[in-house]
Amino acid sequence: MYIVKRILIMLLTIWVIASLTFLIMKFIPGDPFASDADVLPEEVLQNIRAKYNLDEPIAVQYVLYMKDLVTFDLGFSIQSETRSVNSIIADGAPASALLGLQALVIALALGLLLGIVAALNHNKVLDYASMFIAIIGISVPSFILAPLLIKYFAVEWGMLPVASWGTWQHSILPTLALAATPLAVIARFMRSSMLEVTNQNYIKTADAKGLSKTKLVIRHGIRNAILPVISFIGPLFVSLITGTFVIEKIFAIPGIGRYFVDSIFNRDYPVIVGTTIFFSVLLVLTLFIIDISYRYIDPRIKLTSGGE
Amino acid sequence: MLEHLLEVNNLEVSFKTYGGEVQAVRDVSFHVDKGEILAIVGESGSGKSVTVQSIMGLIPTPPGKIKNGEVLLEGQDLLKLSKREMQKVKGSKISMVFQDPMTSLNPTMKVGKQIAESITTHQNIKGPEAKERAIDMIRRVGISNPAERYEQYPHEFSGGMRQRIMIAIALACHPKVLLADEPTTALDVTIQAQVLDLMKNLKDEMDTSIILITHDLGVVAETAERVAVMYGGMIVETAPVNELFNNPKHPYTWGLLESIPDIDAADKKRLVPIEGAPPDLFSPPKGCPFAPRCKYAMDVCVEEMPPAFSIDSGHEAKCWLNDSRSPALKELVSAGRQLS
Amino acid sequence: MEAKRVDDSLFRPLSPEKRGHDPIQRPSMSVWKETILNVLKNKMAVLGFTLLLVIGFFAIAGPHMVPFDPAKQDLVNTNVAPNSEHWFGSDDLGRDVWSRTWYGARVSLTIGLIAAAIDIILGVTIGGISGYMAGRSKFGDRIDSILMRIVEILYGIPYLLIVILLMVIMEPGITSIIIALSVTGWVGMARIIRGQILQLKSQEYVLAAQKMGTSHPKIIWRHLIPNTAGIIIVNLTFTIPSAIFAESFLSFLGLGVQAPFASWGTMANDSLGVILSGQWWRLFFPGFMIALTMFAFNAFGDGLQDALDPKANK
Repeated sequence: MYIVKRILIMLLTIWVIASLTFLIMKFIPGDPFASDADVLPEEVLQNIRAKYNLDEPIAVQYVLYMKDLVTFDLGFSIQSETRSVNSIIADGAPASALLGLQALVIALALGLLLGIVAALNHNKVLDYASMFIAIIGISVPSFILAPLLIKYFAVEWGMLPVASWGTWQHSILPTLALAATPLAVIARFMRSSMLEVTNQNYIKTADAKGLSKTKLVIRHGIRNAILPVISFIGPLFVSLITGTFVIEKIFAIPGIGRYFVDSIFNRDYPVIVGTTIFFSVLLVLTLFIIDISYRYIDPRIKLTSGGE
Repeated sequence: MLEHLLEVNNLEVSFKTYGGEVQAVRDVSFHVDKGEILAIVGESGSGKSVTVQSIMGLIPTPPGKIKNGEVLLEGQDLLKLSKREMQKVKGSKISMVFQDPMTSLNPTMKVGKQIAESITTHQNIKGPEAKERAIDMIRRVGISNPAERYEQYPHEFSGGMRQRIMIAIALACHPKVLLADEPTTALDVTIQAQVLDLMKNLKDEMDTSIILITHDLGVVAETAERVAVMYGGMIVETAPVNELFNNPKHPYTWGLLESIPDIDAADKKRLVPIEGAPPDLFSPPKGCPFAPRCKYAMDVCVEEMPPAFSIDSGHEAKCWLNDSRSPALKELVSAGRQLS
Repeated sequence: MEAKRVDDSLFRPLSPEKRGHDPIQRPSMSVWKETILNVLKNKMAVLGFTLLLVIGFFAIAGPHMVPFDPAKQDLVNTNVAPNSEHWFGSDDLGRDVWSRTWYGARVSLTIGLIAAAIDIILGVTIGGISGYMAGRSKFGDRIDSILMRIVEILYGIPYLLIVILLMVIMEPGITSIIIALSVTGWVGMARIIRGQILQLKSQEYVLAAQKMGTSHPKIIWRHLIPNTAGIIIVNLTFTIPSAIFAESFLSFLGLGVQAPFASWGTMANDSLGVILSGQWWRLFFPGFMIALTMFAFNAFGDGLQDALDPKANK
């Protein structure tokens, strides 16, 4: 029952996003081909308009657009008419996915570690040190951090290559720049979650069993503290996606994020709309999966009921 | 002198807070013998919980600090053990049941696992056998379908059932002493009696001693063999249960007894509350902690800490009224009336 | 026996001067006074707040302290390193980085204030209505569920994407950012407030007020709003920096504040190409200011949260 409700809301969200982007497209002042009107003969323009369904009434255009969407056809780029939006996304996906996944893993692994270390050393040097790192990670935006990383690690000290994409060494700096903020946020989140768990009565029960400190922390502390962090993966995912716009631009990485930003400047509407919908669907799906798995992982929440 | 199973001598525990140092436990001594149930009675803040948590080494340090004293289990001072050595004692020789069964179980771990964990930690027993032992413990604490229950999570149990699971965890390794910190306070009255009975039966089966912390004298009368009354971080009176109820020698104990409702009493007399509030443990008075609330207070009570007066065998009370020089109670009461 | 040493004369009824006084009580004070004291005791909150005051001061006074217009080009004095005239140096068009930095502070703080206003006007109102109407009647439940469906749908859309989409049909600039913020920025606040109101509504004192016939507006103003104030304030200290971050992010991408006006994001973007050639001041000052502002808001917010958390102050 709950899953059905969530799926319906998910579909509704995607539909709203798609309709919104369609409407926005229609609100674009002027004809995207206005500048071509002087150069091209009328028949060619007509053909082009027909190709983008611009000659139909709006309602028909909407239906055609939705039909294409349902079949995962995002149309063609205006900038380079031979390329479909699907192929642009497919081209950019590997680099973006690699970058995003690496950043996700690093942000989660180091963020959780930092948060746990901080909580276990509450109000001691390690706690302050971890939170100092975290607050820097939160305060310094990736577009400031990235140039600094390039300047020092690549240019001044020559430790790592930049300005191209290929080997794994190339991915180190962009991954770090992308992971920094989510890492810091996770660290803070995990710290407070862990601190809260440490004060729970069941930790005392486990302590009274005579468990070693390590077992106590891992089995009873971390296991419970990590649950709320799972619900944080959604926002983390959003910040990774938007982060790639900047990081891919600064590091000249051929990913979807960079195509997206480029398409905005080129006013390449089908690409803008296509990638927006792609990102939104990705995000909505992730949120859905997290929500469902959270309910599966936490025994207190039953899938059938709405839960708290 | 016979050696007691567990002996606490001159225990002093304090906590550092922003407001200063709280002297939660002040010079507390008591003992428990094999197979005995000792009840520690007192109102909230009297230091009962801190006392038993110090025995278990569960006082968070800082802010807590055990400043003085010894806790002898079969002659071995637990306070001198290293953390590692103490871990071997906790849960196997001494174990504990907490007050709030709703929050004392790990919500994301199967209850069976939580019992089995106790077993595997202290005994060289592997998975399947530990599981069997855990299921047996679930049965012994009176829960039906133990094998099925093993696989369930705490939220699928009621409060009384959870407390039974807590008892199963505590007794899984057949400890010598069970510390029960208000084990029935959070439960319904009918469930309370069941849980107490269960504890008594298991105590006899396993030959375990119990230190039962409670503020409920009804519970004491039903379960305990000896009683220690705590007030203001100190034990003010110790006695065998019957002796305490029949011949109490400390005004605080009198107050406690008067505040028990007695439905059998022919004359429906009113409940008598103890006037005033417990002492401020930031700066405890130099004399008797109960003196400010005591109807029978004398000058000496404020000036000097009363020593433990021996009343009878096993019966001691820290009250100056037991000194031969103290005037008659009547005189004291009428003097007090005139003042107020 | 030890007792023997005690003076016999002490064994008499307690003399009046020795009769104990009542235990000293903590001086009582109003909730707000106590809260403010708690906040003042929290070093992080005080540090964050002080930094915000300093940044605010320079945002107002900074550009007036030097004789340079933030947008004015001076092609003779380009890329000057910080000196006694150009305190933060100048950029490749000879514009003064000091005055541009503080002009950027104005942009950022304005965006922050507007985001806060939207959060309060839309988020608190919608969340409050939703929570208050829920369970009141069939009609109330319907309103609640409609509002919550809208919130749920908007919650699934990352607002930077909406902003970027809106930029496509509108001119890039502060106005577009503000419109985009209004579309989605309030959603988080609405969710929190609704939850809080639902919880408060079931409290005895609110039920009592209702039973005694207190009017709806009075219940809302007297009971519900004062008890959600803490949560609103704490939440604001997190939405404001995220709005400020969004502005500099968009400006960095070229979708926010447009030349010749300055914003920390555009300044950072302009300096991307030159940072390697050693003109560190062009990235450092705007970058440092973004970081400092983020830090100040986060520190203030964390401190407030600690100070307002009843569990934290024993």
